[in-house]
This record gives sequence, C-alpha cells and structure tokens, in this order.
Amino acid sequence: MSRKSLRIENLHVSVEGKSILRGVNLTINQGETHALMGPNGSGKSTLSYALMGHPNYEITDGTAFLGDINLLEIEPDERAKAGLFLAFQYPTSIPGVTMANFLRHAVTNVRMPDRKEGEDLISMRDFRKELKQKMDELGMDSEFARRYLNEGFSGGEKKRAEVLQLAMLQPAFAILDETDSGLDIDAVRVVSEGVNRVAKAQGTGVLVITHYQRILNYIQPQFVHILYGGKIVENGGPELVTTLEREGYDWIRAKYPNEAQVEDELESTVLTS
Amino acid sequence: MSTDLNAQVAGIKDDYKYGFHESEAHYNYKSGKGLNRRTVEEISEMKSEPNWMREFRLKALDIFFQKTLPQWGGNLNDLDFQDIHYFVRATDRQGKSWDDVPAEIKRTFDKLGIPEAERKFLAGVGAQYESEVVYHSLREDLAAKGVIFTDMDTALREHTDLVKEYFATIIPVNDNKFAALNSAVWSGGSFVYIPAGVKVDIPLQAYFRINAENMGQFERTLIIVEEGAQVHYVEGCTAPVYTSESLHSAVVEIIVKKGGRCRYTTIQNWANNIYNLVTKRAVAHEDALMEWVDGNLGSRLTMKYPAVYMVGKGARAEILSIAFAGKGQHQDAGGKVVHAAPYTTSRIISKSISKNGGRSSYRGLLKVADGAYGSKSNVVCDALILDPQSRSDTYPYIEVDEDDVKIGHEASVSKIGEEQLFYLRSRGLSETEASTLIVNGFIEPLVKELPMEYAVEMNKLIELQMEGSVG
Repeated sequence: MSRKSLRIENLHVSVEGKSILRGVNLTINQGETHALMGPNGSGKSTLSYALMGHPNYEITDGTAFLGDINLLEIEPDERAKAGLFLAFQYPTSIPGVTMANFLRHAVTNVRMPDRKEGEDLISMRDFRKELKQKMDELGMDSEFARRYLNEGFSGGEKKRAEVLQLAMLQPAFAILDETDSGLDIDAVRVVSEGVNRVAKAQGTGVLVITHYQRILNYIQPQFVHILYGGKIVENGGPELVTTLEREGYDWIRAKYPNEAQVEDELESTVLTS
Repeated sequence: MSTDLNAQVAGIKDDYKYGFHESEAHYNYKSGKGLNRRTVEEISEMKSEPNWMREFRLKALDIFFQKTLPQWGGNLNDLDFQDIHYFVRATDRQGKSWDDVPAEIKRTFDKLGIPEAERKFLAGVGAQYESEVVYHSLREDLAAKGVIFTDMDTALREHTDLVKEYFATIIPVNDNKFAALNSAVWSGGSFVYIPAGVKVDIPLQAYFRINAENMGQFERTLIIVEEGAQVHYVEGCTAPVYTSESLHSAVVEIIVKKGGRCRYTTIQNWANNIYNLVTKRAVAHEDALMEWVDGNLGSRLTMKYPAVYMVGKGARAEILSIAFAGKGQHQDAGGKVVHAAPYTTSRIISKSISKNGGRSSYRGLLKVADGAYGSKSNVVCDALILDPQSRSDTYPYIEVDEDDVKIGHEASVSKIGEEQLFYLRSRGLSETEASTLIVNGFIEPLVKELPMEYAVEMNKLIELQMEGSVG
C-alpha cells in the first residue's frame, strides 16, 4: 500500500464572517501520529470541522489534499469515502436510529464508495460479527449496538462510540478532537488502545487534538504542533508536550506577540463548537 | 453534487411508483359526472337495494346539500362536486379466487403485491377497484367460527339485520358534510363481524384502488367486535397520477364490545391529486381496547381524525398517527378521544414530517365528560420540518368537565438539525441517506408498534418519499 499524505497549506477559515484560522500549514503521512495542542479558542476544533467540511466553516484561502484528492472541493460524505475520519468532541444524538443500523450504512458507503444508493448494504452476518468483535475490544456491551446513536450516552460512552466508529471505518487519516475530555483514566487507556490498534493495522495517520498530556502517554505522537492565534507557531517532537506541561502557554504568548493579540480578540468572542 | 441532482430530477416523476393506470375498456358501468337525486337513485337501483337504504341515501343527499364546507382544516376551494364520477363498476362479478378477477384488474393488484401478501401473512383480503369490491377471501377456519368479512354491498344483502342494527349509528348522516355525502353515494367498503370470544390473530386486509380519472370513491366500512373478540384490520390505498382531482371520502364505523379489541391500521398512499376526506369513529365499551394506527403519506389534502368514544368503564383508546407532507400536500390529521365513562384511558401519539413545501397539521380533541372520574389521557405530538419552505401546525383542543383525571400533553416541533446531517455525512452517508435515516429514526417509536410487514412497508414508503427530496 502506497503511503498517502494529508497536506494542509496556508489554510484560512472563517466562521460567521470571523477569521479563525489564518494560514495553517501541516502535513501528516500515513503511519504517523501527530498531536495538535493549543489553548481554548485557538482554532483546534475549527481545523477539524473545516477539514471534514462543516457547512458553517468557510474556507477563505489555502488548500487541503488527501493524497491527490482536493478535500475542499468535495462534500463531507465524499471526504469520508476518501479516507478521512473525525472523532467529534461533542457527537450529536440521532433519536430512533440504532448504532448498528447507522454503522452498517456508514461502513457500506465507506468500503464500497462506488455503490449506488439503494443497492444492497454489506451482509448483515459479516457486519454483526465484525461489530461484535470491535465492541469486545473496546469493552463495550453488545446491547450498545441496539441503542439509539448517542442518545442518552454518558460522556465516556460517546467517546467510546466515536472510537468504535473509527475502528469500523478504518480510515487513512483520523482526527481525534478532544477524545480524552470527560474520560476517567481507565477509559482513556481503553480508548487509546483502540486508536492504536486501528492505526497499527491500517497505517492510519492520526492527529490528536488535546489540551492535556494525559492521552499522549497512551497515543504517543512523533510530532507535536502548537496552534496559537490561528496559526501553527511551534513544531517539534514529544519534548514540546513536556515543555507545555511544565510552563503552560505563557512562553508562547511572549514569543508570538502578534498571535497573542489575535488570541485575545478571539477570546472576547468565545466560540462554542 | 451532480449525482444528487440527477436523482432529484429523476425523482420528480419516479417518486410515486403506484401512479400507473389500466384501460377502462372492459368497464361495466360508469356514471356521468355530477351529483343529483338521479345519481343516487341510479346507484341504489344498480345495487338492487331495499327501499329503506334508498330512502336513507336520498335523505343523506339533502343533508349534504344543506351543509356547508368546513371553514377550518385544508383548502377545499378547488374541489368541484359536479366534476366527479360517483359510481364506476369495473366488473359485474366479484372473484373468490384471483383467477376470477378480470386480467386488467388483477394486474394492478399483482403490481401492488396483494395476492403475494395474502399468501404470506393475511387471514382475509378484500380488494376494491373503483366503486366496488372485485375480490374477497377469508380463511376457511375463520368463516367456520362465524367470522364475517365481506364487502358492504354483499353484507347488506346477506346480513341485513346486522347491517340495519349498526349502520350509521356511530357516525350519523348529519355528522358532517362528507359523512352525508358518503351516506348518499356509498359503495363498497368492508363489513367485518367477529363473534364473541373469537380472536383473529393475523390481519384482515382491505385494499382500495382508484383507477379512473375524476373518480369519487366512497367506501363504507362497518366493524363489529363482539365481547372478548379480537381483530386487526388493515387498509391500504393508491391511485394513478392524473392532473385533475379525484375524491376519496369514506366512512368507517366500529363497535368494540366488552373486553374486545380492535386495531385498525391505515397506510394511505393516494396519489397527490386525491382529496382524502374521511370520517372514522369507534365506540369502545367496558374494558374494550380500540387502536387506530393511521399512516398518511399520500393525497393532495387529507382531513382525517380517527375517533374513539369510550362509553364503558375501563375502556382504552390508542391513536398513533404518522403524517408525511411533501410538495403540494397538506396532511391535516390527528385524533379524537372522548372519555364518557370512569377509569377510561387514552393515548394519542402523532408524528408528522413536512418537506419540500408540504404542510402538516395536527388537529386533536381530548374530551373528558363529567363523571368520567379516574380517567387518564396522554397526548404527544412531534413535528419534524425538513426545510424552510415547509410548515407544521398544532391544534390541540382539550375539554375537561371532570376533576378527577390525569392529563398529559406534550408537543414539539423540530427542524432537521444541521449538526445531525453533518455528523451522518461525515460518516459517508449522502444527504438523502442521512435525512432518510433521521426521518426513519423520528417515526421509529411508532413504526415499531406495527406488525413487521407493515413496518417494512412504512419504512420503504418513507424512503420513496425522501428520494430526491433534499438539495
């Protein structure tokens, strides 16, 4: 399998006319694990939504390619079929739609991108078997498959459900948006192991978006980036995480006064994702 | 997006897959357009009816002319009562086997899958084509137990006393303009009699098909469930797509006696040029249970509010209503429950979906009479709106004349969420697939109450409705 890259160049993104990302550059190769850190409101979630194609996120400049596919020209479902996956920070609930029914549609579409609408879904038997195995690996009760998607899920269940989807969809690239938030330490470990298993088996390129070091003890990044004021200001290795953990963002603030100003402006109009 | 667009363009014509029609060359009789005393007398003559029925019809016609159109509900301005054929006889004999049914007619029911469904999971079938029932069957073991399932015209001849005893007792002629119209020109429909203690455990189904243009179909159904008996009756409806309007105006009366149970399921999928103006009412006696499951997917305008009058202590009523209003459609649906005895309970659940400029209205009445102490009622109506062009309204009327009651009422209107769509699309589902899944999820609490075959049918119909509907 030839290794693909996710290449983001000079990406500018606005939300409701407000400029959030101001020239992001980032390249991730399959098989690599990257961490993206940054204070609240620095634009981390904006990057993930923009890459996945949320209609409210307007790309004002720049490019994003997955292999030779121009992501910015295609719809969210086509991006998923191209091999991009986003584990949502706040997955929405869909009443009346069971996890199993939803996932069977999703898996069918992603694995058979040329299937025409209305044609058969993947075989129920094979699907169930695979789902059961993946749920066992994530320590999920089989009753989970019959529950309505994210409806009444606890914070931890939602995150597990996201990782289950990741495991079933086996993407080329996965963005994990704050997947560790709201999880206790055991859950962080189980979820991380799940991500690592997929990444290892599929050679998935992983981008972990997080505030905290904790999850990075389990999903160990080779590359670490700091997003600040709408730009990636620092690129480094795992040592960057240690520095941030020790010193916070004050040194970044001092080092990048222009971005600090942008950050302050954004802070005053806090964006909720 | 280009594939979506293609599907959308294709969907304009393919949406409604029951829109075909057959030739009328073999028809036995077709009345001219228009309604007057002569029309009514002619119908009665052709059916060789007893004099009392003829008089009943003529009296009803007078009342029809006296009554004004309802000033609420849907827009009836384009409905021209003089531009309709009131009686069309497609064949002069009724088949007991499908081989006896004229080929042109049988072909229609084959396409609709009726003979196949009959073999698989039905206890009896009645198939009405235009004004009359062209096929009827009932499992022999049920007939041996005294169950009667036949068309109304035959019942009037063969079970005259029963018909005379109950006919128009639940819905009097002067109930409303359309009940009067039906009473004047009724033809076809089902007559069901379940003797005391007999439980019919698999459904009886009636199928109503309009084939001709500018047709009026006025079936009349009467169901009598004796003490401790049980039945599930299902009806389905379709018609060809024509540019001019047709009218379907049925009257359905049901009596459920002490401890009996009746479930009446409708999956109405009329073409979008049909006015569907139907009066349905049941009386539930002591400890009886009446359930209406009312699915409205087709028609131009539907005005229909299945009702249950709980007249005996401990009677129960359940009304589950699903309405889907697409382009050019108005579904004015809901339910009526009247608590007229102590310890009666009722539940109304309504789910409506509006898309492509469609309009759905929930219209409901909950009435608790003085003396109906210890009664409980719960009404839940949820509406889902798929786009800004579409509309949903709720008209809940509540009249309570008794203090010792428990009443719950919830209503919600939601728009299909951008976040929900994005979430599903990010997992590889197209916009249509995602919307369809959300809609199916929305009605799932109702659909799961249906028997398997109808749940599958309902989901299939919803998918057809959703095809090419978003963009």
